[in-house]
Amino acid sequence: MIGGGVVTSLFNSAVLAAISTDNHTALAPTGPQAQHIFNDYKAFYTVCIIVYVLTVAIALIASRRHRQDTDGHKGEAHPPLPPPQLQLDPTREAKMTFWVNVCIAATVLILFGLLFVDFSTARAIHQFSSKPGAVNIVVTGHQWWWEVRYDDEHPQNVFTTANEIHVPTGRPVKIVLQAADVIHSFWVPNLTGKKDMIPNHSTELWFQADKPGIYWGQCAEFCGFEHAKMRLFVIADPPEVFDGWLNAARTPSRPPLEQIQKQGQQVFMLKQCSMCHTIGGTPAGGRVGPDLTHVMNRYTLAAGAIRNTPGQLAGWILDPQVIKPGCRMPQNNLSPHDLQALLEYLRTLQ
Amino acid sequence: MKRLNRFPLAALAIAMPLAVWSCKREERSFRVQPPAADTTDKVIVSKLRAGQMMATTTQRAATEPSGGPIAPPPPGIAPASKPSAGLVHNGYEENAYAVGEGNRLYLAYNCVGCHFHGGGGIGPPLMDDTWIYGSNPEQIFATIVEGRPNGMPSFRGKIVDYQVWQIVAYVRSMSGMLSKDVAPGRDDHMAGAPPPNSMRYQPPQWSTVGTIR
Repeated sequence: MIGGGVVTSLFNSAVLAAISTDNHTALAPTGPQAQHIFNDYKAFYTVCIIVYVLTVAIALIASRRHRQDTDGHKGEAHPPLPPPQLQLDPTREAKMTFWVNVCIAATVLILFGLLFVDFSTARAIHQFSSKPGAVNIVVTGHQWWWEVRYDDEHPQNVFTTANEIHVPTGRPVKIVLQAADVIHSFWVPNLTGKKDMIPNHSTELWFQADKPGIYWGQCAEFCGFEHAKMRLFVIADPPEVFDGWLNAARTPSRPPLEQIQKQGQQVFMLKQCSMCHTIGGTPAGGRVGPDLTHVMNRYTLAAGAIRNTPGQLAGWILDPQVIKPGCRMPQNNLSPHDLQALLEYLRTLQ
Repeated sequence: MKRLNRFPLAALAIAMPLAVWSCKREERSFRVQPPAADTTDKVIVSKLRAGQMMATTTQRAATEPSGGPIAPPPPGIAPASKPSAGLVHNGYEENAYAVGEGNRLYLAYNCVGCHFHGGGGIGPPLMDDTWIYGSNPEQIFATIVEGRPNGMPSFRGKIVDYQVWQIVAYVRSMSGMLSKDVAPGRDDHMAGAPPPNSMRYQPPQWSTVGTIR
């Protein structure tokens, strides 16, 4: 077991070094479920390595034994093999039968042991935490972005955001998974295992982040052209920071103050943007694309395809089909002045 | 022996261009070149406009930087060289992906809210042979972009041109006016109407508002 542990840690450090980041790996668990999965993985890995080493060693030994008689013929043509002689030695035969039976029994026992480990892991993962005060979130998979709705018992507190899930540390997070078009799969390896998002069929998942940090997620079920650029970020903050974010996210957008920002708002309302996007506190209420009420507070645009900078945003608005070919956002033919005003307005959506 | 070998080669020579040709109907072009399609006034069906009346269409095109009345379909997929029934040939009508996109946009932009899934309700049905404002692609384009009296809003500036042409292709597929290899075999919503590729061809018939059932 100690040898297996050393092998495991060597393997882990090699893999971690190779991917050079620990916010998108199941090998750096930060929640109870991920810890269970990691333990399960370690148990399987250790047992399999030991069995593998033993099997290969025994095979090698067996291939070397009783072959002394051919050693003298190296470099020469082989003499014709003697006819097989079946001289049964009853005691030796009994001994061999015994050991074969022992090996079969050991295999069955090991497999059942692994089955038990696997079963208890799955059971531990799927039992909901008894801790009170879970955060309720509905995540809907779209081609190719994530709609994130924070549920609350008071309807006025319900709000929608996209692609970035803020959660408090140390509190369970219950996620209802849905899909709007095709099957997607929710996967944040540092926090928990995968779960498919199926159209017209809700599934549930819960996790808990124990350490603050940004954990990457990724759609894990092929869902079309931009499946690879369907990223997700879980941002775990200490509870007081999370509460601050939550209160800010519940507010509608502030009305623009400067003249150019007001013009930008007009562009948003009168041009293509308002057909698909919502901005809280304005008449724009499209539900086809992501909610943009606080878009400037996000780290990335287009589900992690690009960073959220003014230049990237301008490029994304004008020609998204270069950045994410096949995505649902059309090329928008805006005049330079309209674009500049629109960018100034979007900048206010903090 | 040699004669026998010629047959598969000849079959291949015939099959390859056929395969390439039939792939075209599934070709997916995501980016329209140029992004801003040119504006012409050749598809105007009526001088009537909502709001302020412009003197001429050329003046109108000059005053609106974002484009005049109607832009031709982008040349992305099929060349607009072969005008069929109307003045404008909508290349998207020969492309299954574009028709599928039109289907998606028909739902996304809430055409379905009034026209339902082709059967009509608040707006007139789209799967029958009655066309109040014409069934040609450019006429349907004008209906979407300009709007029509008694309820049809204008989507000018709200939907980019190439998406309007995709919606036009889908709208025409609803009454079986597209070839069956392009029309979707299955709709993305509740069944009711037969799928567009098994829709009976219904040649458009001109009618006036008075004869609508």
